[in-house]
Amino acid sequence: MFDRLKKGLKKTSDSLRHKISAAIGRAVKIDDEFCERLEEALLLSDVGASTAALIVDEIKSKAMEKRPADAEALNALVVDILAEILESGAAAEPLAPGLNVVMMMGVNGSGKTTTIGKLAMRYKAEGRKVMLAACDTFRAAASEQLEIWAKRSDVPIIRQREGADPSAVMYDAIQAARARGADLLIADTAGRLHTQSNLMRELQKIQRVAVEKAGVENFRAWLVLDSTIGRNSYNQVQQFGQAVPVDALVLTKMDGTARGGVVFSILKEWRMPIMFVGVGEKMEDLLPFNASEFSRALLGDAVDPA
Amino acid sequence: MLDSFTEKLGGIFRKLGGKGRITESNVQEALRELRFTLLDADVNFEVVKKFIANVKEAAMGEEVLKSLTPHQQFFKIVKDNLIDMLGGEHAALATGPKKPTVYLLCGLQGSGKTTTCGKLAGQQSKKGKRVLATPLDIYRPAAIEQLRIVAGKTGVSFFFPEGDNDPVSIARKAVSHAEDNNYDLLLLDTAGRLHVDEKMMEEVRAIISAVNPTEVLLVVDGMTGQDAVNIATSFDPVGVTGIVLTKMDGDTRGGAALSVKYATGKPIKLIGTGEKFDALESFHPDRFVSRILDMGDMLSLIEKVEANLDEEDARKLEKKLMSNKFDLEDFRNQIKQVRKLGPIANLLGMIPGFSGLKKHVSDDMAEQQVGRIEAIICSMTPDERKNPGVINASRKRRISKGSGTTVQEVNQLLKQFDMMKKMITQMQKGAMRQPGFGKFR
Repeated sequence: MFDRLKKGLKKTSDSLRHKISAAIGRAVKIDDEFCERLEEALLLSDVGASTAALIVDEIKSKAMEKRPADAEALNALVVDILAEILESGAAAEPLAPGLNVVMMMGVNGSGKTTTIGKLAMRYKAEGRKVMLAACDTFRAAASEQLEIWAKRSDVPIIRQREGADPSAVMYDAIQAARARGADLLIADTAGRLHTQSNLMRELQKIQRVAVEKAGVENFRAWLVLDSTIGRNSYNQVQQFGQAVPVDALVLTKMDGTARGGVVFSILKEWRMPIMFVGVGEKMEDLLPFNASEFSRALLGDAVDPA
Repeated sequence: MLDSFTEKLGGIFRKLGGKGRITESNVQEALRELRFTLLDADVNFEVVKKFIANVKEAAMGEEVLKSLTPHQQFFKIVKDNLIDMLGGEHAALATGPKKPTVYLLCGLQGSGKTTTCGKLAGQQSKKGKRVLATPLDIYRPAAIEQLRIVAGKTGVSFFFPEGDNDPVSIARKAVSHAEDNNYDLLLLDTAGRLHVDEKMMEEVRAIISAVNPTEVLLVVDGMTGQDAVNIATSFDPVGVTGIVLTKMDGDTRGGAALSVKYATGKPIKLIGTGEKFDALESFHPDRFVSRILDMGDMLSLIEKVEANLDEEDARKLEKKLMSNKFDLEDFRNQIKQVRKLGPIANLLGMIPGFSGLKKHVSDDMAEQQVGRIEAIICSMTPDERKNPGVINASRKRRISKGSGTTVQEVNQLLKQFDMMKKMITQMQKGAMRQPGFGKFR
């Protein structure tokens, strides 16, 4: 599993590590030029501008205090601070006993349906009784897409016609899940831009129905974020969170070139737990987020505490 | 669109304008803030560097510092450089030398290819073209079905050779099907692919060399971060001819837009601005920058009005206005027409200086208000709509009950309508004094 993660993050990791060592160069001097180069390295990896400024400040004060003797020591110090951020994040809450209802939400094209397909397979393999609910009744062929995934992993799916009320689908699905003794119901919702308040209210209604029906302890709302997205991820986290409390994030499409930087912002500034990361097209490429493994895969074995 | 970006830029200019005199250090500070704003808007790092260097060079010149209106000069420099960065001129979609013209859409998963395909199909068939859409995505579950439905909704033809599993051969068959059936335009919707996936990139190259499309459009999510430049430069060698930016109706700061043109030299041709199938606009760098800088975009607004309003209706209305026979029925039609233009808040953003107001008008608030007015008018009898004068207290009660509103609201509407009629009468008098005003309907 670690190898998969490492392979998926290779491009991001290579570019980040290369940029950091380039920023450090041979200099040990902690001057403005060094800070600027470091900031550049972070920005190019999609760490947002404000998070980058925070990290650079931290590195600066730590370096002033410890006064590393050479470039290598400085590099280690930088990597240490980055690893610390990755490992300081909150852990996502595990599933509750009984029937769990997980509502997947996110903007259009973030990868919700595909992620659900992969999750269904994963949880089924773990021995759970999984069911799917096609609450995306808006996009053309969305429920067909989910149905194909349901067939692939051989789990039942509850769907209605296009244009049906998504909260009604949720209601039916929970009832059906109870009747069939399922312990995990994953609901797909339509992609929506977080700026559309009517669609955000629709989401609240689905959540209300699910919480009433399944109980608040057994309800989870996971926000799917496309890691290609830059600064806008922040707005998405904020505004989805305002509509429906987000329990955890799922990061998709991490296997690109300059991605993954957003993880630093998520953990450092927004303090959100990450549940899964997607590093490839295959089902096995959706991995549970493990902070220390992730940090090792991204920053190299040098920071392995063991 | 781009609101927070606009707000921040406005702050920088205001600050600079507030200083009586502009010195080198003022400009330096403005440039620093400008740099941060651009970076924070996801504009690519290299692009920001180059941009700041260009603005700095132009702004530090003697003429600017010594001019009487230095901050306006600075504003102009920033504006010109932004337009420049976005490609300067508007680039229209090309038409092939013979039928069918072929547009191929490619891009990452989830960037919005199929939706764009649907929008493009709708837009072109509205222009009178015979459009055929064909999916080349044989991988994603239900992708073919999605395009089939989208094509049905936008009223264009759909073609897919059942059982064929080779995108290159599907594309070839689609072209000959389009040739045989005399279609004007063929839209090819390819599978989403990652730019680092060599095998998939090879596939798109093979499709392109097999059918030689008139336009190869790279569809990029407008919210993309620093990777936008990597994506664009890796797709570019397959023969991209233009870029489509999608999801520009969110609160993205549009940094990707500012970067891809610069990185590839390929023009941005279209932007997607909403969920509905008519939410696709041609891209005009100068207008886009006007919107960013809160100078409005009246031209796009007028085009939108022209594209959506029925000329016949408009002429009828003009006649009624002139003869002062404008009644509540016409008022309702008027409202219907305006609603066709899209969310009211979006329209506000196109009017110079109004984008600040946008924040206070939430979409559904305005939408709701308009809905109530429609409901009230619908609850009136045809006679009442023609002669609002007959509406007495008991009629008002009936109307308010019928429309689920209050008598006050009915009163308010009648009052507004009255005022409107007065205004129209005044306008008519004015129009007679001012030659040429009649053209401005």
